[in-house]
Amino acid sequence: MTIPVSIAINGRRYDREVEPRLLLVHFIRDTLGLTGTKVGCDTSQCGACTVLLDGAAVKSCTCLAVQADGAEITTIEGLADDGGLHPLQESFWNKHGLQCGFCTPGMILAAHEILRTNPDPSDEEIRHGLEGNFCRCTGYQNIVRAVRDAVQEETS
Amino acid sequence: MRNFEYLAPTQVKAAAQALSEHEGVTAVLAGGTDLLSLMKQRVANPQRVVGLRGIRELHGIAKQGGGMRIGAMATIQDLLDSKAAGAYTALMQAAKGITSPQIRAMGTVVGDLLQRPRCWYYRNGHGLLAMHEGKSMVPNGENRYHAILGNKGPAYFVSASSFAPALIALGAQVTVADAEGERQMPVKDLFRIPGAEGERENTLKPNEIVIEILVPSVSGWKTATYEVRQRRLLDWPLATASVACRMSGNNVRDARVVMGHVAPIPWRSSEAETALKSKGLSDGNAEAAGKAAVAAATPLSGNKAKVQLAGVAVKRAVMLAGGRSVV
Repeated sequence: MTIPVSIAINGRRYDREVEPRLLLVHFIRDTLGLTGTKVGCDTSQCGACTVLLDGAAVKSCTCLAVQADGAEITTIEGLADDGGLHPLQESFWNKHGLQCGFCTPGMILAAHEILRTNPDPSDEEIRHGLEGNFCRCTGYQNIVRAVRDAVQEETS
Repeated sequence: MRNFEYLAPTQVKAAAQALSEHEGVTAVLAGGTDLLSLMKQRVANPQRVVGLRGIRELHGIAKQGGGMRIGAMATIQDLLDSKAAGAYTALMQAAKGITSPQIRAMGTVVGDLLQRPRCWYYRNGHGLLAMHEGKSMVPNGENRYHAILGNKGPAYFVSASSFAPALIALGAQVTVADAEGERQMPVKDLFRIPGAEGERENTLKPNEIVIEILVPSVSGWKTATYEVRQRRLLDWPLATASVACRMSGNNVRDARVVMGHVAPIPWRSSEAETALKSKGLSDGNAEAAGKAAVAAATPLSGNKAKVQLAGVAVKRAVMLAGGRSVV
């Protein structure tokens, strides 16, 4: 049994027939071929699969594609326009906010959520906002610096 | 995850009609945080899933009749953002313990109430009672997070809900719907200690849906929640306590003290309530309430430490309710 869904990803609407058990992350990666979103733990813990669903950060490994029917999704590929980099992507680059890079798409979208709800967060608030995302390389210091740097870029 | 039939009704009645009378054959999907993890691990294998997202009246949190209504699709973030919820300190403190923003955005308050136990025997396919050759494996097994109260058996898991202790302390009700109509009951009555494999830890019938939580006014009450945690983020607490005290001047006229993560149900402590009654919310009385709350605890082979933690949770919740800081 398949069900029709209509999901907008990065501004483009996709109409597809999906099995109800298809996870949103697999719809994004396998059905549409947008592999920037990663599958890490597959258990809602690590945050590598974070995407924006109608503007709010969610874990796409714990959401069915049918739950996102009618929604607008933003993945890491859709964060910046016209091949440029989003200020958060720039600041992760500049402040070495990544090593292996696997957690980075999820980290950047979680950071996006922090700045959406709090345009000038303290370091403590940045760390609190990243509590749903794991990085096993950096020790988080440069990730926090990168998010803070993006705030300064935006306000300068 | 096994495949299933998915239905997305737009009316409560249609949703109730879509649910079968046989437990396990159908499941209700709100945010999916717990259900999808159970389905991935094949602990739950519903043949039909009924999604509530399309039912408009189940969304949102609003003031209602002096109190507050929390719809079944209202998320934890909705609660934190809600003006109506601000006065319910015990609820807000419980919400802040759920630390991942992504989970707060998807997970619902009602879903938190109805999440299945986190017991690792249950999550690894040994059943809710973890029976092996006619005996539970828990009392002499890996039980450091298991029950210290209400644990005469055969159930030894703990209720995992963050909000249930606070909602019970606040005297909240739930509205439950089936295809015939609706009924209301205290949140406390949603929970039971299962007596046999096949029974659940909640009292819902297989074709019933919790459609809302109704929380009465807290005017004249002081409320608080304190969670004892192993680490700050992304984990369930080790022991929690919610208290609600109706004050008469500086003295407690009525007290409700409910502990979480200590028993197969949210555990109301009449001993702690008695210790507070007609007294002030001083540090000394808080300590006495904490001691009274766990005086009757019966720890298992490996969870004696939880007795101390649960007592501290009660003590600190009472101190918070009294407006003191607990560091």
